Amino acid sequence: MRVRCRVISRGIAEGEAIVSRKKFSFLGDVDVDTGRIVAEDSDLRGESISGKVFVFPSGRGSTVGTYVLLRMKKRGTAPKAIINVETEPIIAVGAIIAGIPLVDRLEVDPLENIKTGDFVRINAIEGWVEWRR
Amino acid sequence: MDLSREEEKLLNSDDPTLAKCMEILVALGEIFEADRLIPVTSAHVSGISYGNIGEEGLEWLKGFRAKVKVRTTLNPAGMDLDRWREMGISEEFFRKQMEVLEALKRIGAELTLTCTPYYINRPSFGEHVAWAESSAVVYANSVLGARTNRESGISALASAIIGKTPRYGLHVKENRAPTILVRVRGDLDPSYVGYVVGGEVEGIPIFEFERRLSDDEMKQLGASLASTGNVAMFHVKDQTPEWDDFEIPREKMEVDGRDIGDECDPDLVALGCPHLSEREIIFIADIVERLGRPKREMWLFTSRHVWFRLKGLIERLERRGIRVFRDTCMVVSPATERFDCVLVNSGKALTYLPKLRGVRAMFAPTRECVRRAFE
Repeated sequence: MRVRCRVISRGIAEGEAIVSRKKFSFLGDVDVDTGRIVAEDSDLRGESISGKVFVFPSGRGSTVGTYVLLRMKKRGTAPKAIINVETEPIIAVGAIIAGIPLVDRLEVDPLENIKTGDFVRINAIEGWVEWRR
Repeated sequence: MDLSREEEKLLNSDDPTLAKCMEILVALGEIFEADRLIPVTSAHVSGISYGNIGEEGLEWLKGFRAKVKVRTTLNPAGMDLDRWREMGISEEFFRKQMEVLEALKRIGAELTLTCTPYYINRPSFGEHVAWAESSAVVYANSVLGARTNRESGISALASAIIGKTPRYGLHVKENRAPTILVRVRGDLDPSYVGYVVGGEVEGIPIFEFERRLSDDEMKQLGASLASTGNVAMFHVKDQTPEWDDFEIPREKMEVDGRDIGDECDPDLVALGCPHLSEREIIFIADIVERLGRPKREMWLFTSRHVWFRLKGLIERLERRGIRVFRDTCMVVSPATERFDCVLVNSGKALTYLPKLRGVRAMFAPTRECVRRAFE
């Protein structure tokens, strides 16, 4: 399935999806050295977002989190791309400075339509996302 | 958001610094549904303490290959550039902090190292700027009538390089209307009022005080408001420049006195969050004049700019054993961490000292703080 989306951080990527229904903060919710989610209340606790297309509703929390994605990118633990339902400035600016493609406002709800393990392609220049089981 | 041909070109530029900065501004414009980019006359960049941005942030800044397009001031660093040893700052931290500042100087930023850039560069009424540092943002909007959103350090830096900001939020006149009327009963300390109200209101409060506030009190009110709440602007009835441009909102609340902060035995009295103005230092010096030498550690924080303007007076304070640091403050510098209980006159310091420096913080009005230092 291919749908249109809004481009926030430009670039092209593809990979396996990992989907969370919880708002996320890169400051504190993830172990920067491994890419594993450590947030107590996360539905992905213990799983790794490293090298995957990370799908979640939106960001939450402190602006100090902006540089964390860059840190993960440098250590090779960052996600390949991010899909949000509706993004916010902290995640957006973090993704841009780390060079990680980020899109939001898909034509369909990504949380309902993309499943963990799906293969996802993101074109965050033309503005579309496609996926298959 | 509509981009001009020239802006489009910057977005697709081969120069990675220009392209990234443009990408940041466009992304924020999209998120907040701005219609276009507008020029700004200055930028104020926060988040420059090495403790805050770390090794990755430093490397990112070092990679910058551009010059700022507009006057760009900088927030406090993690230490006094000259007296860092005395503050207990490590050699390693000093070196890394200087690398951050070198990188920023190279792109053309002024090493003002203050959260009160408005004592150095005072935007006029209606001027559009891109400022980070929540207390400076609220001062610029409320007291000066300049227009800025609450930028992050990075978005302010992007605006400094491009010379523009997306037009949304407080750049648009109708979004500057008050949303709640706050009646202040009795002669309460404005810093206290800001602290309490910030935790309770969303949007833009308009205050009704029983007396006129000084410029310094409005600074304290705004800084405290922005620390406990997501507030970027306030009005004061009969005082601030835009209070009369809108209808008084129907929603109302009242503030009265109650206890805030911790109750402890202070081993440090710290004043200067936000950085002290000339008037505030003179006020403190006047009280101190009659009191002799402080019995507790007493630290003041101000900008290099104000420090040198009051050099003689400040040296007299120093001779009494009061330390007057510049370039940094109690909240961003790790120097505060070795104390147990810090007495402050600032709602903002009261909010952030426990969170960022892990110390207990106690609140009192300025005069009371000074008196306690000599007890």
